[in-house]
Amino acid sequence: MYPDSFQESLAKVAEKRQANAAAEPRRMTADEKDELLRKYHPDYNKDAFEELKIGPNKGEKAPHELADMLQAHPRVHEGDVDLEHPAYDVDVLIIGGGGAGCSAAIEADEAGAKVLISTKLRTGDANTMMAEGGIQAADKENDSPAQHFLDAYGGGHFMAKKELVAKLVTEAPEDIKWLNDLGCEFDKDETGRMITTHGGGTSRKRMHACRDYSGMEIMRTLRDEVLNRQIPIIEFSSAIEIIKDENGNAAGAVLLNMETMELIVVRAKTVILATGGAGRMHYQGFPTSNHYGATADGLVLSYRAGAKLLYQYTLQYHPTGAAFPDQIYGALVTEKVRSLGAKVVNKNGDIFVHPLETRDVEAAAIIRECAKGNGVKTEHGYGVWLDAPIIEVKNGEGTIKKRIPAMYRMFEKRGIDITKEPILVYPTLHYQNGGVEIDTNCETGVKNLFAAGEVTGGVHGTNRLMGNSLLDVIVFGRDAGKAAGARFKDVKVGKLTLAHTTEFEKEIKDAGIETELVSPKLLPKYVRKRTVLEGPGIIQ
Amino acid sequence: MADMVNVYFFGKKYEVPSNLTIMTAMEYAGYQLVRGVGCRNGFCGACATIYRIKGQQELKMALACQTQVENNMYVATLPFFPLVKQVYDINKVKPEQQLMMQLYPEIYACVGCNACTKACTQGLNVMQYIAYAQRGDFKACADLSFDCVMCGVCSSRCPAGISHPQVAMLARRLNGKYLTPQAQHLLDRVKEISEGKYDDAMKAVMSLSDADIREKYNTREIEK
Repeated sequence: MYPDSFQESLAKVAEKRQANAAAEPRRMTADEKDELLRKYHPDYNKDAFEELKIGPNKGEKAPHELADMLQAHPRVHEGDVDLEHPAYDVDVLIIGGGGAGCSAAIEADEAGAKVLISTKLRTGDANTMMAEGGIQAADKENDSPAQHFLDAYGGGHFMAKKELVAKLVTEAPEDIKWLNDLGCEFDKDETGRMITTHGGGTSRKRMHACRDYSGMEIMRTLRDEVLNRQIPIIEFSSAIEIIKDENGNAAGAVLLNMETMELIVVRAKTVILATGGAGRMHYQGFPTSNHYGATADGLVLSYRAGAKLLYQYTLQYHPTGAAFPDQIYGALVTEKVRSLGAKVVNKNGDIFVHPLETRDVEAAAIIRECAKGNGVKTEHGYGVWLDAPIIEVKNGEGTIKKRIPAMYRMFEKRGIDITKEPILVYPTLHYQNGGVEIDTNCETGVKNLFAAGEVTGGVHGTNRLMGNSLLDVIVFGRDAGKAAGARFKDVKVGKLTLAHTTEFEKEIKDAGIETELVSPKLLPKYVRKRTVLEGPGIIQ
Repeated sequence: MADMVNVYFFGKKYEVPSNLTIMTAMEYAGYQLVRGVGCRNGFCGACATIYRIKGQQELKMALACQTQVENNMYVATLPFFPLVKQVYDINKVKPEQQLMMQLYPEIYACVGCNACTKACTQGLNVMQYIAYAQRGDFKACADLSFDCVMCGVCSSRCPAGISHPQVAMLARRLNGKYLTPQAQHLLDRVKEISEGKYDDAMKAVMSLSDADIREKYNTREIEK
């Protein structure tokens, strides 16, 4: 239920709804976008970043919160664990049980590898599960991989690695087919034709969806397939350090049992990092739409092992996070709401931006509108209206419950009927655009260390389009699984070592960094009071 | 500042602000959660929770991340429930009633108590989708169960020991793979790509100069 203080604004939005439904807002020019981003996008807030003093990206900038973790002490050092008698000895160790990790596991299993998945929480506890809007693939007659390339590369500000984008868009249709063949359901018409829509920054309607539970449907199908294949999984066990061999190649990981605090050594011929994103780092104090475990662990693990990061300073703020009520502050309001026709309006009910600009532009426009005093005041700050009822004005009654049931349910539980009332929104920290740099074989700068999904950088440049992250986890997850599934056959693992942790400690010391922090972070800390687990020990 | 309410986590009383969810109230009380927490947005089913308001008969089921605290709420979490997940090869099974009988025969022991439906944290008609599964109507089962987050609360209340979310998972995969018509345009495009039909166009766009690709992007036609 909206409070009395919103009613005046709500009345204006309702009054202008019919006119706004019919309006065709102008899109910004390239110059207008550049200026808007420079002035209002959080990535351009110089105070929020610092220069890295050590490691492969020394001299480059990173958000303070990430720099703290990248330059913190390892949780385990040489001599702390017995590397001679690993608890597990496998061909492919996959760190992370989300969309990329499960896709990789299926392909590595298919290649005949002995696979082990380790995951910090449960299998499927991942941002993949929470993706609502859809997955892109150029499979309609008026579309092509090259057109998809242009949208993704341009939307990413011409900064992506072209060869990675080419893989992403070229393999997209095959991967949709792969998912469908696994039994994943997609929105189709009665003839089987995919129902596709626009996303922000797309030039063709190529967004495939499974209602607004797209990620959930994909994730639970992948998980079910991993279980059918009886691939071993260690849940509630987070990787805290990559193990290398004497030749400097990745050769396993030290895991931490999140419940018993036991350390577990895994020896592996190849390692795939699929640890996901970083929303729970709460960069610049933003709320997040991300999973509880999204704490940039993979960036820390690979960085200490010597892999270079790419664009670690660019984050995606999803333009439409829930700004009201408190209980869902920061939760994702899917872009599909705008794909289906909803407009973004200010407190006076006026449209101030095209609803389908790219996410960074849309978010910056909302931040600017609120800075101008045209936002609706809330307990946390400000918000603007996402006028969802326009969807039914344009597409007929019943569209909302049919196409975006999760959104309807989320607000209905709070006494807000989004078929009749607009949604108050403000940008929320949503995605890590950058990450560990990979080549087209999904390999990082450390030999036999592969990576896939949100943990990587380079696929999306400095801004990702809607529907390209679900695609990313499937395309590169599968490719990483295939790559590791081919590589392990030729790998002879040398003597295991954690010597790089000693070298890293020396770098910290030599750079004059004084810190008591340990990393990876593992979990955000939301407890109000101190707990016994907080000390210098395992969970910070 | 919101009003304070009394909630009881596992029987122990804590005073917490009334605007919190059960999950954030536990954190306010000092729990560093590892179990019973996941996406925090109502999609993953990690935080199944059972509660009763003091003095009321009814037991309520909810997702802790989606439910606001109330005064005198007695809360127990259900971070794991031993669902039965049968293993099968999706490429070898057939979408026939016989399959359900083989893999999940206990669904035929349903006594029709409707406790599953009453318990569903997503408000789904669970007993009805199980009835569809019994009949081998996988399409209807898939459709009705689609919004299931697999939290397992339904199964915790079932006297017949049915693992409802796993039954529905099987039905959805059968429906997605076998019962829904294939997308012909998708099959065509996959074939064209494998034949290299788009390779030249991709090479051409990749080899454009920075200025040219910017121009091409900024002037591209956008489908209405």
